[in-house]
Amino acid sequence: MAYVAVKGGEQAILNTLRLISETRRGDPALAELTLAQISEQFGLAVDRVMTEGSVYDRELAALALKQAQGDVTEAIFLLRAYRTTLPRIALSEPVDTSRMTIRRRISATFKDIPGGQVLGPTYDYTHRLLDFALAAEGLQRPQAGLAAEPLEQDVPQVIDLLDSEGLIEEESDEGQGEIFDLTREPMSFPAGRDQRLQNLARGDEGFLLGLAYSTVRGYGGAHPFVGELRLGEVTVEIVPEELGFPIVVAEIAVTECQMINQFRGTVARPPQFTRGYGLTFGHNERKAMAMSLVDRAMRARELAEDVRYPAQDEEFVLAHTDNVETSGMVSHFKLPHYVDFQAELMLVRQLRAEHQVARGAGQKKEAAE
Amino acid sequence: MSIGTTTNHSDTGYNFAYLDEQTKRMIRRSLLKALSIPGYQVPFGGREMPLAYGWGTGGIQVTAAVIGPNDRLKVIDQGADDTTNAVSIRRFFQTVADVAVTESTEDATIVQTRHRVPEAPLKEGQVLVYQVPQPEPLRKIDPRETETRKMHAYAEYGAMQVTLYEDISRFGRIAKTYDYPAIINGRHLMSPSPIPKFDNPKMENNPAIQLFGAGREKRIYAVPPYTSVRSLDFDDHPFEVQSWKGCCALCGSTVSYLDEVITDDKGSRMFVCSDTDFCNTRQREAAAQPKTAGGQS
Repeated sequence: MAYVAVKGGEQAILNTLRLISETRRGDPALAELTLAQISEQFGLAVDRVMTEGSVYDRELAALALKQAQGDVTEAIFLLRAYRTTLPRIALSEPVDTSRMTIRRRISATFKDIPGGQVLGPTYDYTHRLLDFALAAEGLQRPQAGLAAEPLEQDVPQVIDLLDSEGLIEEESDEGQGEIFDLTREPMSFPAGRDQRLQNLARGDEGFLLGLAYSTVRGYGGAHPFVGELRLGEVTVEIVPEELGFPIVVAEIAVTECQMINQFRGTVARPPQFTRGYGLTFGHNERKAMAMSLVDRAMRARELAEDVRYPAQDEEFVLAHTDNVETSGMVSHFKLPHYVDFQAELMLVRQLRAEHQVARGAGQKKEAAE
Repeated sequence: MSIGTTTNHSDTGYNFAYLDEQTKRMIRRSLLKALSIPGYQVPFGGREMPLAYGWGTGGIQVTAAVIGPNDRLKVIDQGADDTTNAVSIRRFFQTVADVAVTESTEDATIVQTRHRVPEAPLKEGQVLVYQVPQPEPLRKIDPRETETRKMHAYAEYGAMQVTLYEDISRFGRIAKTYDYPAIINGRHLMSPSPIPKFDNPKMENNPAIQLFGAGREKRIYAVPPYTSVRSLDFDDHPFEVQSWKGCCALCGSTVSYLDEVITDDKGSRMFVCSDTDFCNTRQREAAAQPKTAGGQS
């Protein structure tokens, strides 16, 4: 048989590029997807790619999804790799979510809330029955009716209503001017909450979801309540040095989750509710909720709780959330490992031989006794 | 329903009450076992339902297994008939079983509930189906199923008692406010699902059948009629339920579980019955009654 070494990589790579392009396009008899179609009709996938890719750009996210054949993790990778080439122009002012243009806003803690519960677009109350009518194209779709009055401009945060009694911890940046920037600085431990929240915002939804689930299923002792979950548009402002006052540069859609959790108190602090926080680009409630649960779990040390479970261990969580890092490490095992494997191979052979000799000697000794 | 009578719902293409007859039979067997060993968690082959886990998949599987064409179904969530999840589940059964529905506790043959036991007393022949997110009362003490099953087998519930005692030593009281553990029929420790402890006494010696379905965890358990339900406590710290200073702002009730409602963004609040049927009934009765000068309540 002929000897086949793995050579000629260049030709193989060129061919695989052509092949992937062909596979991506699929049957050429069918119309090609446009970025607008992806952005409009796969909106939630676009939102997820923007969040974990940490670039707010629907068109780029749609392009990434098209290029990645709908593989969300691959699309996030593409967007991140593009993001890294962009210069940083400015730091925005903190966005004020209490001045959000509300599309959806619910609270699970109070029956009725000032400003009202707004169900908005949600899959929560669809029964998960396949809608076969959707397989057909060009059908007239039902349209939602308009309310008699528009929603109020400023809708207070539900959680702040508990604030006045001191029942819930106050949230503040404690005058912290410098914010940690995960995209410019390496991770450092112990991590501040700014670093942790940045990490979670970019973290893999599935992984965070699993971790969040573990905290409520015995491996974390969480007692969460959704204080408020809201979706809508907020304005982003920057203060250019030459102007000295804030100007609006963008309007972005965000999902925000404020999770209320129990805290039994310590000698120094009376019992009160504590918070977990989640924020994502676009519409992504699953991620925002998972983020706020894991955020709260990682505050265990700060609240003098026992750190016993994976989700409470910030080094464990923060090091493993990023799906660009994790999939890179896992996929790299597909690369040639001839050299290191050869080294291991020789060692195992040698150890086996010695083991054989030692066993042989032992048996002889037994027989002699 | 006899075996083999598959009443196909021609409208929807789904079997009566969504589940196929084989699955319903399997669930009914589990229910019988659960009723025979009060409070014991029977593993069952839970199915994926067209509702998210944690939204009542266990409850709707149990309801689907016991409901018949002549039943009258009531669904409540947090005690209310008109909350979103209750509306959604009621709509589900109207679609797939075409059964009569009601908001009246008294008229219902099956009440599926999340987080509350109705205020109106139940009677023989009624079935109360609880949606259970976490059937294992010991999960918070030890997250491992292999361990908690052993603890149940040996009736080794000291650890739970210790947890409650830790509360007493720290706060001077038991700090568990809902999902308050109870011993059923003097043997099995049971999670009553996240009902407020206010409702625990209603489970005791109840003429109705109480069925608990946990879809995600794939467990079914039950409290048969007229069965003892003892909420864990201590001689010097006896079990007690929540109480309110005021009364319901709508019906004036002082005996029901009250929800806090925020009325403006200045933090004003009022309290109203969480059980909407109970509250509405009382309001109707008060309106029908001629006002007496003495004003007896």
